[in-house]
Amino acid sequence: MAGIPHDHYEPRSGGEKWLYRRLPIAGLLYDTLMIPTPKNLNWMWIWGIVLTFCLALQIVTGIVLAMHYTPQVDMAFASVEHIMRNVNGGYMLRYLHMNGASLFFIAVYLHIFRGLYYGSYKAPREVTWIIGMLIYLAMMATAFMGYVLPWGQMSFWGATVITGLFGAIPGVGEPIQTWLLGGPAVDNATLNRFFSLHYLLPFVIAALVAVHIWAFHTTGNNNPTGVEVRRGSKEEARRDTLPFWPYFVIKDLFALAVILAVFFAIVGFMPNYLGHPDNYIPANPLATPAHIVPEWYFLPFYAILRAFTADVWVVIAVEWLTFGIIDAKFFGVLAMFGAIAVMALAPWLDTSSVRSGRYRPMFQWWFALLCLNFVVLMWVGAMPAQEPYATISLIASAYWFAYFLIILPLLGVIEKPLPQPATIEDDFNAHHSPSTGGAPVAAE
Amino acid sequence: MIRKIILAAGACLGLSGGLAVAAEGAFVPHTTDVAFSFEGPFGTFDRNQLQRGLQVYTEVCSACHGLQHVAIRALSEAGGPQLPEDQVRAYAEQFDIFDPALDDTRPRTPNDHFPASGMENAPDLSLMAKARAGFHGPYGTGINQLFRGIGGPEHIYSILTGYTGEEKEEAGTLFYENTAFSTGWIAMSPPLSDGQVEFADGHDNSLSSMAMDVSAFLMWTAEPKMMARKQSGFVAVAFLSVLAVLLYLTNKRIWANVKGNRRHA
Repeated sequence: MAGIPHDHYEPRSGGEKWLYRRLPIAGLLYDTLMIPTPKNLNWMWIWGIVLTFCLALQIVTGIVLAMHYTPQVDMAFASVEHIMRNVNGGYMLRYLHMNGASLFFIAVYLHIFRGLYYGSYKAPREVTWIIGMLIYLAMMATAFMGYVLPWGQMSFWGATVITGLFGAIPGVGEPIQTWLLGGPAVDNATLNRFFSLHYLLPFVIAALVAVHIWAFHTTGNNNPTGVEVRRGSKEEARRDTLPFWPYFVIKDLFALAVILAVFFAIVGFMPNYLGHPDNYIPANPLATPAHIVPEWYFLPFYAILRAFTADVWVVIAVEWLTFGIIDAKFFGVLAMFGAIAVMALAPWLDTSSVRSGRYRPMFQWWFALLCLNFVVLMWVGAMPAQEPYATISLIASAYWFAYFLIILPLLGVIEKPLPQPATIEDDFNAHHSPSTGGAPVAAE
Repeated sequence: MIRKIILAAGACLGLSGGLAVAAEGAFVPHTTDVAFSFEGPFGTFDRNQLQRGLQVYTEVCSACHGLQHVAIRALSEAGGPQLPEDQVRAYAEQFDIFDPALDDTRPRTPNDHFPASGMENAPDLSLMAKARAGFHGPYGTGINQLFRGIGGPEHIYSILTGYTGEEKEEAGTLFYENTAFSTGWIAMSPPLSDGQVEFADGHDNSLSSMAMDVSAFLMWTAEPKMMARKQSGFVAVAFLSVLAVLLYLTNKRIWANVKGNRRHA
């Protein structure tokens, strides 16, 4: 692969040479595993491995679950109970799959916010960022359709509400909604196609993950300083980097073991903590639950969806200007997808020449506020649509857009960044000076 | 930086609790906390209690409610009431089932499930203990359930013991005031009273004691593999902890050369 100069694979034995001339797969694996990695990566760079593990966990448990699950409206709920009671280890498979989705989203949010803080989205890593956003969208679609499969009350009503969003698109909305559902309402046809797509999309994600890794192996990893690895010579590069194996593989596996210990404690001792009790009630199209709440990982965007009600002046103005084509409902849908779109556009909205937030004194405050804002949105998304939650969600939604559309472009112009280290080696040695016996100094 | 975010998140959660309390409506259902034997990571089912609960369910609840997801053979499986197999066979034979192969009814065998609800508006009880949340604290985070459970069995206990004796008629239906029900008025008449069921071993058959027994039994029907699950959890956490320590030491060793003495790296 192009990028940081390093030693490449050389076939040595006769067998290796034979294979290398026909398929250089050993070279591909070697170069991937030994890729030069900035040696100052901190503990926020472990989430990639956690995410890869999650994808594998979900695919493996999901394939076995699919062997016992029945995608039919009269049998789906009972087939899940069959898995929980009669299939060997079925309760563990299902709880791993259910909580695995939550671990997947915890990891992806930390991964995304790490990228936002250290400027991992900036040139030349825009393609990595965009593919990451596509993975995130595919994850949301997969998780949403997976939640429908047990055919409980929240499955059914969640599907009804979310597919209803497409019905809000002016003109073509209703045909699109009918096409998605396979009929006028959520029913057997919906369950069947959601099952099919829920099985398909993880493999699309796996392919996107391969491209994501390919992209950042071409540009090299970002690192906490945002300073690029020196590429003048192999020797220079060697002073800034370490091979991925064993330094980062072992480090990441250590972090993964700690995270999995917590994960298995949740699966073993409180597996339904992150679920909703209503999903243990079979779906009933005639009884609407008191509060329809999506899974926790959708709450921030659900809050943005609900924030823009018909009495907000922006919504009124847009409705008037578009002759009523964009009404409050459609505005909410646009805002929800727009919230992800502005995040995807961060590489072009951020005007600062400094990559890492570590050297951006003003940015740090706005970023901290963005993190807090995300937590507020998550909380307010779980609350009923009434005051004071409506106002709070409107303010928080406005800040989300303001951060990407106003603050990021402006900060690059008005902020005076702090001095950055000349090289990664300088930064690393400042933190791990030989005089302190190698004890790491606090990273932040 | 990280500390700031944690503090801010903590403040936010605190705020959410306060607002959640302020937003509650007029009637707040009351759930009594019962110290069940199966709560917390170390909790296990009390086999005798499950057997008493089965008796209460069979003599009282099953008149209207069903357990359609539960196979009768589960009564003899590990981690449950663990009745002897001949007793389970005899128990199954009490209930008839229509068999399409015979085009006739026949007595159930242990491989059949419990009968479904006999009354249309009586919900199936297989999963009731997981389908209701009694506890959400502290501050709406629900993290308490690690030690106390989600409160489903407590909700059932509170319903059974929550009748005030008040009745009212609405559109031809009689409703009974119940402090644990979501609206405060429930269509189910008080099902259980002191001394209603006689236990063979002469165990306490007060309303409160029997309500606890049947709530525990319904927790088992909702989560029959709970004890196996907790055991798997312990084994997994123990192995992963050892693995984490080994990986920590390996990681430290590998990086020692790089971090400790850059001149000889």
